[in-house]
Amino acid sequence: MAKLILSMDGLVLKEIPLTKERTTIGRKPHNDIQIDNLAVSGEHAVIVTILNDSFLEDLGSTNGTVVNGNPIKKHFLQNNDVIELGKYKLKFIGEATPAATGDKADFEKTMVLRPAQVRAATEQAKAAAAASANPANPGGGAQAAVAQRAAAVQQAAASAAAAGIADKEAPKSTPAPAPAAAAAPAPASAAAAPRPGGQPLGAIQLLSGANAGKELELTKPLTTLGKPGVQVAVLTRRPQGYFITHVEGSNRPTVNGQAIGAAPHSLKDHDVIELAGVKMEFFLKA
Amino acid sequence: MDLSQNLEIATCTDPGMVRSHNEDSIAADPVNGLVVLADGMGGYNAGEVASGMATTVIVTEMRQILADHKPYDVDARTSEEIAARLLREQVLKANSSIYQAAQSQPQYAGMGTTLVVCLFYDNRLLVAHLGDSRLYVLRDGNFSQVTRDHSLLQEQIDSGIITPEQAKRAQHKNLVTKALGIDPTVEPEIHEYPTKAGDLYLLCSDGLCDMVEDEDIGMTLQALGGNLKLAAQQLVQMANDNGGRDNVSVILVRVLREYPGRRGVMGKVFGWLK
Repeated sequence: MAKLILSMDGLVLKEIPLTKERTTIGRKPHNDIQIDNLAVSGEHAVIVTILNDSFLEDLGSTNGTVVNGNPIKKHFLQNNDVIELGKYKLKFIGEATPAATGDKADFEKTMVLRPAQVRAATEQAKAAAAASANPANPGGGAQAAVAQRAAAVQQAAASAAAAGIADKEAPKSTPAPAPAAAAAPAPASAAAAPRPGGQPLGAIQLLSGANAGKELELTKPLTTLGKPGVQVAVLTRRPQGYFITHVEGSNRPTVNGQAIGAAPHSLKDHDVIELAGVKMEFFLKA
Repeated sequence: MDLSQNLEIATCTDPGMVRSHNEDSIAADPVNGLVVLADGMGGYNAGEVASGMATTVIVTEMRQILADHKPYDVDARTSEEIAARLLREQVLKANSSIYQAAQSQPQYAGMGTTLVVCLFYDNRLLVAHLGDSRLYVLRDGNFSQVTRDHSLLQEQIDSGIITPEQAKRAQHKNLVTKALGIDPTVEPEIHEYPTKAGDLYLLCSDGLCDMVEDEDIGMTLQALGGNLKLAAQQLVQMANDNGGRDNVSVILVRVLREYPGRRGVMGKVFGWLK
């Protein structure tokens, strides 16, 4: 989270995290950051924070707001900017990059792309398409329309990224809106779901019944066993290992002679399962 | 008409492995054949507030109206069935409630929610949705997606910029183009489908379909369809085993037997005359 460090004459007075969307600065007590000094106006300035970006705006103060020695009306705060209000100094410390903090949670957050943004991007794209319309290709109307739409969406994506409402994990060097056909395959940022591949493969061997001796490898995430309508259990393959769960039927399956509960039951190597009158052994393949 | 004997409903919701809050909200009214799932967004607890408002407003309002009206009643003025209009109106009502709360309370500013609502009546299903929460159906062993996301990604797929394969690894997964409570008004996408006895419907938030392949979801429903509660838990567990990066919510609705709206000869005659 971004923060401000308030100091006077090189002496640090306090640290103020920018938790709110609007953080007001002024002499009056209702301000979020109150600076009781006559050089500071009652409502002096405000910092608007949207996601990772903070903007400083002077609220028509008498003595003005100075950032890094330059008087400003509105300013996009950068890391280590120094805001001067009379004798007081506020140093802006930007948020550490998400990549550094490993803050991935926000990346997944669902956000709305406002219709206005889509529209604006579409207009832009249309204008661009119109400007570059090739008179030598009068037959490509429909094709051009498709391309236009494609470009619009691409633009929307780019503008979303630029507006900072896209995921924070996106590479900063988002490629410029390229022709639709050249859209590069998206980077595999949302890494493929980890498959339970590192664990040993399990299998069951039937010990009784007509198919005694038959072996079944448990490669799928879940395998159902039993007779529908009589007794069914499911074997699930999870990162933690294999589990057996009762699905239907009045009797529950047994593991090593003990009926299992309603919760998934963890299976160990050489456990013996009995289900719908059939015995089978669970084992792990080396 | 009480549909609780015709529909079997199971629900499950979980914050996932990464988030501390569950911003998803689900509600089911088996008697009226209504299920609602919402995936909220917004800072602090605003996401929960938005999704909670959506499910509560829609379920309570619909329940009140359905106490006096049948969804297949015909509006005398427009000679159209009232179901779609009613559902749309309640969605809009939820939209303005959320929008107004967001406008009046600074801590809720900008909150919104995705939505998928299903109303079962007269051997039919009415589905309204906004954003990237989905409805799937498993019918005769075929698992397919019913709703089409209102998301940037879906638009990119539609316009041919990326293939569905690339979409799985795309960056802008989280950007929706329509949502409830963001603007003063909204147009939900509403469709009607005939249902069949045996159909299994799945409503889910993106926390499920982003983490678990459609193929695996379909297989789970097929394998565990006999025990809906377990199937719902299994789906959530699979999302969590795969990383559980987002809140996961699942509503399963099994059509046990047909539920025609009009009973008896007179009803049928009216049906023919319509």
